[in-house]
Amino acid sequence: MQRRYISIWFVHLLSDWQVIRRPELKEVPFVFAAPDHGRMLVTAVSPLAAGHDVVPGMPAADAKAICPGVEVLDDKAGRAGKLLKGLGEYCIRYAPIVSIDEFSMDGLILEVTGCAHLWGGELAYVKEIVSRFKGKGYTVRLAIADTPGAAWAVSRFGKVTPLVAVGAHVETLQVLPPEALRIEAHILAKLKKLGFYQIRSFMNMPRSVLRRRFGENFLLRLGQALGTEDEPLQALRQPVPFRERLAVLEPIKTKTGIEIAITRLLEVLCKRLQHEGLGLRSGILTGYRIDSKLVQIAIGTNVASHSVEHLFKLFQLKIEQIKPGLGIELFELEALKVNPVEVPQEALWNSKPGLNNKSVLELIDRVSGKLGPAAVHRYIPEAHYWPERSASQARSLTELRLRDWSTDKPRPTELLPRPEAIQVMALIPDHPPKFFIYKGEHHQVVKADGPERIEREWWLDPGEHRDYYRVEDATGRRYWLYRSGHYGASQSFQWFVHGFFA
Amino acid sequence: METKLEMLNKLRQDMLLWQGFKPAEGEVAARVGLGEIEAAFPGGVFPRKGIHEFICETPDQVAATDGFVAGLLSVLMAEGTGCVWISTSRRLFPPSLAAFNVETDQIIFVDVRSDREALWVMEEALRCDGLAAVVAEVDGLSLVESRRLQLAVERQGIPGLIIRKDPQKLVAGVSTARWKIAPLPSGDEDGMPGVGFPRWQVQLLKVRSGNPGSWTLEWEADRFLQVTKEQVPFQTVHEKVG
Repeated sequence: MQRRYISIWFVHLLSDWQVIRRPELKEVPFVFAAPDHGRMLVTAVSPLAAGHDVVPGMPAADAKAICPGVEVLDDKAGRAGKLLKGLGEYCIRYAPIVSIDEFSMDGLILEVTGCAHLWGGELAYVKEIVSRFKGKGYTVRLAIADTPGAAWAVSRFGKVTPLVAVGAHVETLQVLPPEALRIEAHILAKLKKLGFYQIRSFMNMPRSVLRRRFGENFLLRLGQALGTEDEPLQALRQPVPFRERLAVLEPIKTKTGIEIAITRLLEVLCKRLQHEGLGLRSGILTGYRIDSKLVQIAIGTNVASHSVEHLFKLFQLKIEQIKPGLGIELFELEALKVNPVEVPQEALWNSKPGLNNKSVLELIDRVSGKLGPAAVHRYIPEAHYWPERSASQARSLTELRLRDWSTDKPRPTELLPRPEAIQVMALIPDHPPKFFIYKGEHHQVVKADGPERIEREWWLDPGEHRDYYRVEDATGRRYWLYRSGHYGASQSFQWFVHGFFA
Repeated sequence: METKLEMLNKLRQDMLLWQGFKPAEGEVAARVGLGEIEAAFPGGVFPRKGIHEFICETPDQVAATDGFVAGLLSVLMAEGTGCVWISTSRRLFPPSLAAFNVETDQIIFVDVRSDREALWVMEEALRCDGLAAVVAEVDGLSLVESRRLQLAVERQGIPGLIIRKDPQKLVAGVSTARWKIAPLPSGDEDGMPGVGFPRWQVQLLKVRSGNPGSWTLEWEADRFLQVTKEQVPFQTVHEKVG
């Protein structure tokens, strides 16, 4: 299939954007200016100011002199790029590959191979794009051609028709000036000096001659326009292999409508995934609103799934986050991450069902979908005596523990996240406390076990060791106390309560 | 000819049926290892299709309740099924559950910010059919919320255990049983020094169609053991020690 490209040129990108934001500027000439070597230089010009012969690159003071009453606005570096990115994302509705025109930073290039017929032919397609941007307040010129270079040239310098027929781009380029080739200013000046005013006058010259005089880049640009060199486009968004779109006739505003849209998209997507034996791990639903804003909700699963009901439930939990505004006209569902689905083996006898159970996994998907994945924890034992490190978080629900939980030493059912200091009366050197004061309450120790010394793992963190005691007070409450460090005049020691036994 | 005892038993069974308690069909009435306490429940069986509330009046009762619940879980999770433990402020130390024969790595801990979220997770978990039990630590529980949980429990038959840390917010609920677990001084085995097995005063404050009561229970290595009166040292539970 012959590749086709559209180049969209926003003739007054910055000033159109400013007028959309501040409609009162429509009647006033204004320029954008940025500081350069201690003076303000004009960077962009509104159509009214351009009528007074104000051009980009002249000092702002000159512009004020030529055109009295001109309003000078501050320009910010990178604003055009940001604007184009937003406009480009909007254009994804027209074609999957949209890239920013990096040469002049005032246009977009779309690869529209096989897209035009969906909109009723190239003419209707181009008209639709122009009228859509006109409605938003942007003046655009665009052209459709076989190469990005030719489309760019015709959109800026073409005078006949924006539709360059298949194979006709070489002929069309012949009469255009060399500026249409996207080349640097000094080479342009050289071409003008040599009397090349049209592309056809140097198009068929030997390459070696052109290379010697104008350099390699010139040849590349010429080749790209003529289609002899390839021009890869830097897509704003990489097309995702598993993506479904649903354009709706009437903008959707209601929850029920969104739910129906999600179900329809999921049905198609899950069928495709199922055919390839894949399942969704993370997905994102994008709604294109009619005010050209995007609304998105994302879901994730613990194991790959292509079950419509399960995935729908995950989306359902987040529907409240969608702000439909005036309405959503296009829904897009992307499977960002897909994994092969593990088909569970039918077991003759199931000794340990465990957590690897479809309904449990779906429950955890729903919980982590609503509360965030950080809310769900599972612990496996670690080879550490230090209580804070004796268990670690498992990375997944199916991760197996490498060792058994140790039961040889008493461990409290409740552990304080941070040990709390207590006052203690104890016999030295290693007797358990006689009594202790915790939160202002006296506890008479009746029974005690210990000490159990736990050395600090010096290769992980420095500090004192701990001598743990399990004590029971007169009312039967059981505590886990420890003394940090040795007794001694030179060293400091401190007693703490660290946990509560059942 | 039926004897009087048989007739009485049959009448008791019928009454339970009329009250909505159906004996599990084709299923052996599984014990949970609570010994005599199980006799307090209707039909002498620990109701698995029920919400069990554990009231904790003081922070030290929370630790005791955790231990008692862990003991229950060891039986409920014996078949290898998982459990969900929901909490707003969790201090439970996972490695300690091994002492109660619980496979801690089969427990999924869900840490939430509010009671509302905790109850949502609990209801979702109770409707899920691959779990052995659902435990939630919450402050308050309204009548409507407990009714919703009870309905969810009756559908799947997974016991829901609720540890309530704020007795101020106690209101009437529809839970099957309401417990209170308080720590007791451990018994000294043949005059040996040191702390003995964990011992609790287990109170059943409320049982639907059952008999409330109070027992002294001990966790001995791997099972609950009831302590007879003679072994209990002279001590009243409600004594206030300053």
